[in-house]
Amino acid sequence: MPCTVTMTVNGKTVSREVEERTLLVTFLRDHLSLTGTHVGCDTSQCGACVVHVDGRSVKSCTTLAVQANGASVTTIEGLAAADGTLHPMQAAFREHHGLQCGFCTPGMVMSAVDLVRNNPTPTEHDIRDGLEGNICRCTGYHNIVKAVQAGAEAMNSPSAKAAAE
Amino acid sequence: MYAFTYQRPSTLADAVAAAQAEDAKLLGGGQTLLPTLKQRLAQPSALVDLSGVAEMKGINAVDGGLEVGAFTRHSEVAHSDLVKATIPALASLAEGIGDRQVRNMGTLGGSIANADPSADYPSAVVALKATVTTDRRTIAGDDFFTGMFETALEPGEIVKSVRFSTPDKAAYAKFRNPASRYAIVGVFVAKYGAEVRVAVTGAAGSVFRVPAFEAALEANFAAEALNGLSVSADDLNADLHASADYRAHLVTVMAKRAVEAAG
Repeated sequence: MPCTVTMTVNGKTVSREVEERTLLVTFLRDHLSLTGTHVGCDTSQCGACVVHVDGRSVKSCTTLAVQANGASVTTIEGLAAADGTLHPMQAAFREHHGLQCGFCTPGMVMSAVDLVRNNPTPTEHDIRDGLEGNICRCTGYHNIVKAVQAGAEAMNSPSAKAAAE
Repeated sequence: MYAFTYQRPSTLADAVAAAQAEDAKLLGGGQTLLPTLKQRLAQPSALVDLSGVAEMKGINAVDGGLEVGAFTRHSEVAHSDLVKATIPALASLAEGIGDRQVRNMGTLGGSIANADPSADYPSAVVALKATVTTDRRTIAGDDFFTGMFETALEPGEIVKSVRFSTPDKAAYAKFRNPASRYAIVGVFVAKYGAEVRVAVTGAAGSVFRVPAFEAALEANFAAEALNGLSVSADDLNADLHASADYRAHLVTVMAKRAVEAAG
């Protein structure tokens, strides 16, 4: 029996008829064509599907779309500014080679942004701990950690804070 | 996933009524249930999402302890200033569950009602002299877990909150599976005056206490008091991650680490 879900995705209100069993990641990718959120393992392990729901990072492959009914969802597509300027965390991943194939990157960036919002000055340990739910098969993580450290500094800069408001 | 209907009641009474439907399943944060459904290992006719029930949320100081609503997410317990100030071992246990995204969804009530033998929270419920309040009664923490994935809950009974007693000292030490982050063995040690409680998760089909460890720690609350003591490997879990003998060994090791961490 289809039901209607309405949520704010990247600042825009969207409403669609879905089946109750539709996953949030399916809703984002197939119903809204926001394919930046990836499905890696589909078993809640890899974190390629991480998005923010009401400001908290969650695995959208382990969340029903109906669970996000009424919520505000941010995907990787919603991070950059309207003029295309990358979010400081995205820019840091590019600058510090925090990716190779890029498949895990949307989830890594979304987890990293959530991490820094809750812990503005994370140590290397905090970063490795905070990214436990995200798996990368290419980089060996070192450059990801460097990117998150740099991204955290950039997010804390006065200009970035002003832009976020 | 097989198809199901979905409801999100806003009161506990409505949730209890909805849970009466045949083959209805309660949905907490869904971090165990949804992977189970995705693998088609369960086929509920209806999901009753408890996220809208305000009575099941929040963390409050109560006489002698803390009352944590069943629909309180692990990250909320981990980051609560009240929990960190009152029972820091509980906050630290919550911060060690799964990963950040799982903690942002998973709930206390979901964890204990599921009663996974390797889950972390059952050890806290038993060690911290908890009482579990449901829609219809209270259940002592010692009586709540009855077996592997089995609890004292009746069909359709919903956990409303859990009341933890504030110990003098406590700590939780876990030897975790590095992939799943579930406890291969986790030991929660809590000291209440002259009384010490030691609860072990991950090692057997269900959480259990170790009276010999408790007696030794009551005589001398120090890690060395456990020298030479161990639990029997009979009836302990054995899988590709750890044999029963190894788990038995880990119980003593993690109990000592918990005592040291409790200080």
